[in-house]
Amino acid sequence: MKLTLKIWRQKNRNEKGVFVKYPMNDVDPEMSMLECLDVLNESLILRGEVPVAFEHDCREGICGSCGFVINGVAHGPERGTTACQLSMRHFKDGDELTLEPWRAKAFPLVKDLVVNRRALDHIIEAGGYVSVSTGQAPEGNTLPVGKEIADQSMDAAACIGCGACVAACPNASAALFTGAKITHLGVLPQGEPERERRALSMVAQMNAEAFGNCTSIGECTGVCPKEIPLEVIANMNRDYVCASFKRREDLPTPVAPVLQHT
Amino acid sequence: MSTTEVTPHLTEPITFWQSTNGKKVVMAVTGVMMFGFVVGHMLGNLQMFEAPEHINAYGHFLHNLGELLWIERGVLLLAIALHIIATIQLALRSKAARPVGYSRRQAINSSYASRTMYWSGPIVLAFIIFHLLQFTAGYIHPQATFVQGDVYQNVVSGFQVWWVSVWYIFAMCLLGLHLSHGLWSMFQSVGLAHPRLSPYLLNAARAVALVIVLGYISIPISVLLGFIK
Repeated sequence: MKLTLKIWRQKNRNEKGVFVKYPMNDVDPEMSMLECLDVLNESLILRGEVPVAFEHDCREGICGSCGFVINGVAHGPERGTTACQLSMRHFKDGDELTLEPWRAKAFPLVKDLVVNRRALDHIIEAGGYVSVSTGQAPEGNTLPVGKEIADQSMDAAACIGCGACVAACPNASAALFTGAKITHLGVLPQGEPERERRALSMVAQMNAEAFGNCTSIGECTGVCPKEIPLEVIANMNRDYVCASFKRREDLPTPVAPVLQHT
Repeated sequence: MSTTEVTPHLTEPITFWQSTNGKKVVMAVTGVMMFGFVVGHMLGNLQMFEAPEHINAYGHFLHNLGELLWIERGVLLLAIALHIIATIQLALRSKAARPVGYSRRQAINSSYASRTMYWSGPIVLAFIIFHLLQFTAGYIHPQATFVQGDVYQNVVSGFQVWWVSVWYIFAMCLLGLHLSHGLWSMFQSVGLAHPRLSPYLLNAARAVALVIVLGYISIPISVLLGFIK
């Protein structure tokens, strides 16, 4: 099949970026989006041009490395799918695909389709530790966890941190990501001891980075490759509100946002 | 991240009001207060379908509340002010959060109402100002004289002007849109989630918003159709 890829090319943060059109004549419908870019890059290298930079690692949809905006939708038109798992058969012969990097101030551009997502790492780091008793494995049912709670935690833990939620949000908010990370430990008894400090700290870091606010629009959950529900945002807000109204001595101070030290 | 890099800590923790989450809680709480007024006002207005003495007596009762009336007005004004201040600050922050926009973007999961909150809010505010000038102060009352205290007659003569009714119906539909998203969003903002009830919340919010729109616009429609004279 024939496709035209219209790709955002930008050498680095300080140079101006432009869209460049690349016609491709023999795209296999069974290729993934990333394989399609591999083929394009091979031809670019043969022509002596600079290949398109994009992030990838597992290509199984579980590592969260890949991702860019395809025709205005993060990770492309298929729901619950990362860019690496998106087959070209979902496009029609002769289509033009516009590929753009995640666009957010908190994600400074590195090159072409690659952005720096360290702001998300900062939020994870702000979460701190979880008290876990070491030693022998505990007896199976000493800590009962209900099925609904276990499911809720597992759904939230499915987050791979790809950043599509930020990319799709009209406000470039990281609420779904932070909510998922807070929920997956916060609802379990194992995460209970640090629950409030963790919520305060992670929310503080999210606000220190240049993310926008959540307006409950729901675009994030629509593009999320793991289809994480909006409820995790409510969980985050509940933990944050509860923690905010308690007096505490050790108010967490966020680290300087990504933009200040890149 | 390399091990040699030292990430500097900021000196100040972020306060509740400084956080976007905190501002959204303020918006939710002030939104509930305004919603309470919207419901009460609609129930009061529906007395238009009874004898003229009823609503006139109700208006008289409200105006003679004295200090209570001013406390209520003060609280509502404060709620409106906080709601707007938080919105403006958050909107500016969101705008700054995406300095380079997308060349193409497609909404795949959001409702029309949720994407137009920034439009429906200010238009409803403009309507409220017009509405107060018309029915509370009596400054704008086209094609009829405003009679202080005769609520029933003021409403009928006001809505008999077609564009006043159309403007009213239009603004109420926008209020409905605003509420259909806002009523569910406030549960998110304050963190009230329930695994079994949350899935119904969005539809419940839309149903409540629809009831409110129908309740309000029934009055100008009845006046225009001649059911209320």
